[in-house]
Amino acid sequence: MTALNTITLNEEGFMTNPAEWTEDIATVLAEKEGITLTDAHWAIINFSREKAADSGAAPTLRQITQGIGITTKELFALYPKGPAKKVAKISGLGKPEGCV
Amino acid sequence: MKTFLILGAGTGGTMVANKMAEILDTQEWRIVIVDRDETHYYQPGFLFIPFGTYSPSDVVKPKRNFLPPQVDVIFSDIELIEPDKNRVKLGRAKKTINYDYLVISTGSHIHPEETPGLDDEAAWMKNVFPFYTLEGATKLGNFLKFWKGGRMVLNISEMPIKCPVAPLEFLFLADWFFHERGIRDKVEIVFATPLPGAFTKPRASAVLGGMLDDKGINLQPEFTIMEVDHAKQVIRSYDETEIGYDLLVTIPTNMGAEVIGHSGMGDELNFVPANKHTLQSDKWENVWIIGDAGNVPASKAGSVAHFMLDVLIENIHRHMEGLEPLPDFDGHANCYIESGFEKGVLIDFNYDVEPLPGKYPLPGFGPFSLLKESYANHWGKMMFRWMYWNILLKGGEMPFESQMSMAGKWE
Repeated sequence: MTALNTITLNEEGFMTNPAEWTEDIATVLAEKEGITLTDAHWAIINFSREKAADSGAAPTLRQITQGIGITTKELFALYPKGPAKKVAKISGLGKPEGCV
Repeated sequence: MKTFLILGAGTGGTMVANKMAEILDTQEWRIVIVDRDETHYYQPGFLFIPFGTYSPSDVVKPKRNFLPPQVDVIFSDIELIEPDKNRVKLGRAKKTINYDYLVISTGSHIHPEETPGLDDEAAWMKNVFPFYTLEGATKLGNFLKFWKGGRMVLNISEMPIKCPVAPLEFLFLADWFFHERGIRDKVEIVFATPLPGAFTKPRASAVLGGMLDDKGINLQPEFTIMEVDHAKQVIRSYDETEIGYDLLVTIPTNMGAEVIGHSGMGDELNFVPANKHTLQSDKWENVWIIGDAGNVPASKAGSVAHFMLDVLIENIHRHMEGLEPLPDFDGHANCYIESGFEKGVLIDFNYDVEPLPGKYPLPGFGPFSLLKESYANHWGKMMFRWMYWNILLKGGEMPFESQMSMAGKWE
């Protein structure tokens, strides 16, 4: 868990500075959520980081499914329970803005 | 003659029309507002209809009554917006309007068809009801009047939704209503939400979650609905969790107007991308948004539209004078949450500051307790309907500041 010592998390467990994120940190954060990252997981993480770099905000569930072309069901299989939130957490992004 | 065009004459559009009519020179400007519906709905009042507190006639008035005489009002659907050509094609009115400035205030609406099985004829408006429409709220009221009890499930399909506290208020008022009817012991109340807790912001979520507990309301967090199986009377999540219901009260997916989508101006949910601090469209500098038509990450509520108003008018005015817009909208929201038994909770927050406890100083009326139940908060909410019809819509002076203040809040 040493990777976590280099980053700051807010009270909801989101990284406060996306620039601190590394792939190793993603792996550790995913483990905390009980997820072992596969290529399918990485495709979503990479998409989300690109999207956030562009728009300044973590993508919503619909942006992920429409952007990658997978079904919501498939997304839930990869990231159970709240996928948009879990993807944002593991990708080192803030809370998705749909949650207002 | 230049044209200032407003699409949608709900809370936001009506306020903008009134303000612009005060500001713009009628020799130089024509102000036009378009809406498909002649009736103005006091949407916060829908919440009270299922419980018989308000009747449908309490929440409707003609839109015309709230618009100044110098504004050209057209009742028509909108066929297409062409922002690259600065024009809008109307359907029923069979007209094309060329504009210099466009304000989009077409709001958000429920879309039950986004969830498989939800609007199935066999169950829709029979034991599955929305309360975000007048029809749904009224039919739910008729159902509840004679209901003998069972399991009532309130479900939010997905975020964001208009007035994110309304589902909680519905639950608190339902608990009170069933007590009054003497059947609370025969009703199990379940709240199934895609959120991790009762509300979107952590501190308010803890307080409001505690209130659900105290009232014996069962919270099912992180439940993202996949489908409604009305034959088995269950809702099923993407994680294959099932919750059985006798009565399903639904807050379906909320989306912006369809014309936004097919005009190529919207995001995945047909909300118009706009700068969250200036309210100017990201793509067209003479296009502006107010209220829940935009994608700004503030609550989709009338109070927020009201707080946007002054910033929006100032920025449009600045733009007309060739000045840069100011980033002054801070996401301010102010919500009275009905908690039943003639009490209420008030929350006040913005993009950066979550709802905090304390006292909300309101000259002439307050102070109101923040993030805590009180009788005064309930009366604040009931008084608001009068203020809405008589002051707010007409763009009058309200005793609230546009930007959130830390005065009276405890950190």
